[in-house]
Amino acid sequence: MLENIKILIHQGKQYIPYVTTAKIPGIFRGRPVISTSHVDEQALMELCPTGAIQKNPMRIDLGKCTFCGECAIAFPEKIKFTTDYKISSNERERLIVKEGEDIPITLDPELIRKEIKKYFGDSLKLRQVSAGGDNSCEMELNACGNVNFDMGRFGIEFVASPRHADGIVITGPITENMAEPLQLCYDATPSPKIIILAGTDAISGGIFEGSPALNRSFLEKYKIDLYVPGNPIHPLTFINGVLELIGKRKG
Amino acid sequence: MTRSIIIKNNQTIPLREIPVLGYDEFLEYNTSLLREHYNHCVNYFGFPQRNEMQLICCIANDSEHEIFVSSSVIDANTTQYSFTKHHLSFHIFERELAEISGINYCDHPWLKPVRFPADRKNKNSQIINYPFYNSHSEELHEVGVGPIHAGVIEPGHFRFICNGEQILHLEIQLGFQHRGIERLFQEKKKLLQRTTLAENIAGDTVAGHSTAFANLWESLSGFKADDDLQFSRTLALELERIAVHTGNLSAICTDIGYQLGSAVFGRLRTPIINFFQNWCGNRLAKGLIRAGKNNFPFTYNLREQLTQLINQFKPDFKEMYNEFKNLPSAMARLEKTGIVTQEQARSIGAVGMSAKMSGISRDIRTSHPHDFYKNINHEPILKKHGDVYSRTQIRKEEILQSIKYIRGMMENIPEENKNRNRLKSPSPESFCISLVEGWRGEICHCAVTDEQGELLYYKVKDPSMHNWLALALAVRNNEISDFPVCNKSFDLSYCGHDL
Repeated sequence: MLENIKILIHQGKQYIPYVTTAKIPGIFRGRPVISTSHVDEQALMELCPTGAIQKNPMRIDLGKCTFCGECAIAFPEKIKFTTDYKISSNERERLIVKEGEDIPITLDPELIRKEIKKYFGDSLKLRQVSAGGDNSCEMELNACGNVNFDMGRFGIEFVASPRHADGIVITGPITENMAEPLQLCYDATPSPKIIILAGTDAISGGIFEGSPALNRSFLEKYKIDLYVPGNPIHPLTFINGVLELIGKRKG
Repeated sequence: MTRSIIIKNNQTIPLREIPVLGYDEFLEYNTSLLREHYNHCVNYFGFPQRNEMQLICCIANDSEHEIFVSSSVIDANTTQYSFTKHHLSFHIFERELAEISGINYCDHPWLKPVRFPADRKNKNSQIINYPFYNSHSEELHEVGVGPIHAGVIEPGHFRFICNGEQILHLEIQLGFQHRGIERLFQEKKKLLQRTTLAENIAGDTVAGHSTAFANLWESLSGFKADDDLQFSRTLALELERIAVHTGNLSAICTDIGYQLGSAVFGRLRTPIINFFQNWCGNRLAKGLIRAGKNNFPFTYNLREQLTQLINQFKPDFKEMYNEFKNLPSAMARLEKTGIVTQEQARSIGAVGMSAKMSGISRDIRTSHPHDFYKNINHEPILKKHGDVYSRTQIRKEEILQSIKYIRGMMENIPEENKNRNRLKSPSPESFCISLVEGWRGEICHCAVTDEQGELLYYKVKDPSMHNWLALALAVRNNEISDFPVCNKSFDLSYCGHDL
């Protein structure tokens, strides 16, 4: 018992007190800013491994971006990644960052279904489905619930059964072999329910886009309530996105 | 006549220098090599050559640091005798070959689908119709779990045959994560695309797979990696080992209901992966390892941070581990649970922790050293019992060993080479093999190029390919309630297997 108390004292407080305003240390690659300076646009576009960079105007689609940062290294005067981790949105278009813009990415409040705040504002239970995920987003989703990020303090938790869930969180590009289990899981979740796409692979297919081993038809059938970009997603990106969705984010 | 060409890890050779044997001789040669315990099969695959199929088998001699590469050309529409009949460790490779090319083996004991790839030969073979082993018994019952599991983890289906609470047999069906990675390596032509693919094979082994790819690509392109590149890769591999092993100890504690261990080990992982973010901008080291260059040189400032981090990590880690180890209720769940004997581990060709847990010294860092391991006199941590506790102990001791290596390496940081040679294009009609000891075990990437130096074939082998069968054997005669902790103690990759 004494030993246990000693461990607790040595560990101290590990949680991040304010997950909506915490600063990420180091050189995290969050929301990019594209300057209006002139560069070889074709070379810049061709550099990108997933075709996330397009021109007229120059823009980066965070739903396709793998956040490898190679564009910022090759064209530092054009592209800079900031540490702004609040890059989730409920509208696909808002994930596209255009040149000359340096504005936060937010959700469109008009698009949030009314019942979400009413039913899930104080308690949101999620079922996670990895459909070809590489276990990186899965590890970060687990990290959301650890003692550091402690998403549970907001009543947001992952549950074992879809029957207990208020929505599903999909990771991975959705493989053909997971298409049916994903559908079964969604059908087993009681309404009203939400769908969150976590990670670049889930949002666009990422580097796997166009592979014959994928089947993304599920996504054509339903409205997506939240897109969380990242490769993998950062826990703070996920938590802040969900808090904004359920109307709980302050700051 | 020589029946194979002997090469080293990361060596590129002209494809035509690999001896092509008749199939019977090819079979006899490779299976007889495995009669010696110091030999094991690191990769065996086939690729289309004109209208036929060229098979390449790579057997590593772990005591002489050599790899025997031999080959055979066959018609894929024929029936062949299997290697597996002679040594079980070939089973997964031959199942893979049969699934993709349609080769029929007349004496393979377990010729079942591996991952239901998009380009499989038999499109009638569907993941929903996997041919499970069946008991047809009135007394025994079956338990199906997955593909979607209770936690936030990847999908796979486990089918147990139980006598009451006791597991008699477990069959593991995978393939749900199949994204077609090997084919994408051929189709995506940019180096950065291929690097990104390597980083996304398994997100918990980013340093492992991206090092395997970078080393292979540099060898194919005739590029010798400077010391600073080798340094960064080795450091990243050891940090990844510490991070995942620590996280896994947390998961083992979770699965036996030990809350303090779960929370403390879980939080101890955080500073390690946050260090990756400080170093390269990504908590799981995506973006760090690149063939022919280093976007994030290891600086003296980073050394300060890492030294401080390790100095804080180590006492906290040891304190927690000692408390955990001294808890009889925790040990009761780990000791003598999920045993794999040395004989079993050897027969299935187990690698990494799954080999070392039962006394098999199989570690690429010693047997086929690459990068900075040539300077580190690595001695694998071995345990005897092959149970959950052995796997737990290996994790703890490897963490401390990695800390020692990292401290030693940081005493002498190589200067960044500012005038690095540029990467050329890969040599045409060549073969290259790259072996890396990831935290889970041996990773093997192989490539074959065509006349233009383009990728003709790319083969990825994650250690999980061998080790999933170890889990199935480990749980036999155990309580079904011990399955989660057994599973976690192996911590195998679904996506690394499914590709």
